Amino acid sequence: MRYSGLKVITEGLFGNKGWTPAWRDPAPKAEYDVIIIGGGGHGLSTAYYLAKNHGITNVAVLEKGYLGSGNIGRNTTIVRANYFLPGNSEFYSHSMKLWEGLEADLNYNVMHSQRGLINLFHSDGQRDAFVRRGNAMINQGDDAILLDREGVREHLPYLDFDNTRFPIYGGLLHPRGGSARHDAVAWGYARGADQRGVDLIQNCEVTGIDIQGGKVVGVQTTRGAIRATKVGIVVAGRSSQVAAMAGMRLPIESHILQAFVTEGLKPVINHVVSFGMGHFYISQSDKGGLVFGGDLDFYASYAARGNLPMVEHVMEAGMTLMPMIGRAKVLRSWGGIMDMSPDGSPVIDKTHIDGLFLDCGWNYGGFKAVPASGWCMAHLIATGEPHEVARKFRLDRFATGHLLDEEGTGSQHNLH
Amino acid sequence: MRLTCPLCGERDRREFYYYGAEDYLRRPAEGAPLAEWDNYLHLRDNPAGVTKDLWYHEAGCSQWLLVTRNTVTHEISGVELVAGRKA
Repeated sequence: MRYSGLKVITEGLFGNKGWTPAWRDPAPKAEYDVIIIGGGGHGLSTAYYLAKNHGITNVAVLEKGYLGSGNIGRNTTIVRANYFLPGNSEFYSHSMKLWEGLEADLNYNVMHSQRGLINLFHSDGQRDAFVRRGNAMINQGDDAILLDREGVREHLPYLDFDNTRFPIYGGLLHPRGGSARHDAVAWGYARGADQRGVDLIQNCEVTGIDIQGGKVVGVQTTRGAIRATKVGIVVAGRSSQVAAMAGMRLPIESHILQAFVTEGLKPVINHVVSFGMGHFYISQSDKGGLVFGGDLDFYASYAARGNLPMVEHVMEAGMTLMPMIGRAKVLRSWGGIMDMSPDGSPVIDKTHIDGLFLDCGWNYGGFKAVPASGWCMAHLIATGEPHEVARKFRLDRFATGHLLDEEGTGSQHNLH
Repeated sequence: MRLTCPLCGERDRREFYYYGAEDYLRRPAEGAPLAEWDNYLHLRDNPAGVTKDLWYHEAGCSQWLLVTRNTVTHEISGVELVAGRKA
C-alpha cells in the first residue's frame, strides 16, 4: 500500500477500515542469502539497502524483541553532519544527504525537521575550535555559520547569556541539522525492506553462530537453526555478547546514557541546542515535550536505566543554560545501552571469519547515522569491499593506531 | 548506586571515579607483542552480568578499588582494595 495525503483523507472518510499491516510476520525459512542480526534502525536500514541498492532480497532480519525496541526507540532524535575528522566527516555528510531524501524514498513520514542545530561556545579558545570545525564542515560541502553572541541571541533569546561560569560567546549554527521521529525511521525502513521481500522475524533471539572451517554457515535461534553464508551483526549495545558467539572479543564497552522528556508545552525551543560544557542538549518534539539529555553515567551497564547523580547533573545543566525550563515537569526518563568504542567512532567491517560482518560502536551517535550505516553495511555485505565513505571504520584500527578520536579524549571507552 | 569502600565505609557513587574493566590491572610487560597491548587497551569481555571493574575513591581515601558488580541489576557484591589483593 502506498501512503499519500489523499489516502489519509479517503480512509478518514470511510472509517479507516482500509489500512493493512505495514509489514508481514513471516516464519523463518531454513535458509537465506543474508541474515542480519538485530532489528533496530541500523539492521533494518541495512536490509532495506541490501534489497534496494544491491537486489539482494532473500534476507532475514532477526530481532529478539520487537522491531525498533532498542536504541532507535530510546534516543534524543538529533540529526546532524557536523563532524570534523576525515573518515567521520564524509560518512555523516552522506548520511545527511540520505536523510534529506528519506521520506520520498521510503514513502513514509519520518518527520525529518531541519530546524537548525546550534553548538554553543563560551571562550575564545572554544570559538577557535568551532571556526575550525565549521570550516571542515563547509569543506565537506555541508553548512555551518558562525554566530557571535548577538547572533545567538536572535535565535535563542531565552538563554542565560551572562552565566558566570559559562557566559555565551557565540555558537556554530548548522542549519541543515535537526531532528526526526525516531520510531518512524525504524518503521519506515522495516516497511520498505518488507515490501522488497525481506523477512522481518521478531521474537527470534540468536543463540549461536555456526562456523565451519573459518566460514559462517548459519545461526542458531530460539526459533530454530537458519542457514546463511553471510551474516551481519548489527546489535549495538549487545555487540559483545553476539560477537562472543563467534569467539570474538570486541573493542566495545556498553554504557548507559539517559535522556528525558517533559510534559507537552507550547512551542518554545525551535532549534536543537547543544551546550557542550554542561553536557546538555535539548530540542522540542512536535508533540511539545522538551527532549533532552546529558552525558553517560560513566560506568559499564546493561540496565537500561541510570542513576540519580546524572539526572541531577543534567537538570542543573539545563537550568544553567535556560532557566525558563525550570517550571516544566519531567514526564519520564529512560536509558539506552550504548556500544562505546575506545575512540568514539564506529566499526563497519568484515571480521576474520569469512562471511561474518560487524556494524557496531555507535557510541551515543547512532541515530543520525542510521541511513548511511545501513547503506555502507549493505555495500560491504553485497560487494565484500568497504564503502568509500566508511572505509576508515575498520575493526583493526585500534591495533594499528589509526584511531578516529573526534573529541580527542583518549583511548578509553567511557570518555567519548 | 552506593559503594562500600573498605576504608571509608558506604559512600555515594559521586565520590568515585570509574576507570574501566579490571583488564587494566593486567598490563603487558614492556616489549610485549602489539596484540597484547591492543587486548589490554581496547578489547573487553563486556559481560551482561557480573563484572569486575576499577573505581578510584577520588573524594575519599584516594584508593583504587576492585568492584564486583552486576551490569544488569547494578548490584554490588564486593569491593576490595587493589593494593591489598593477592596477585
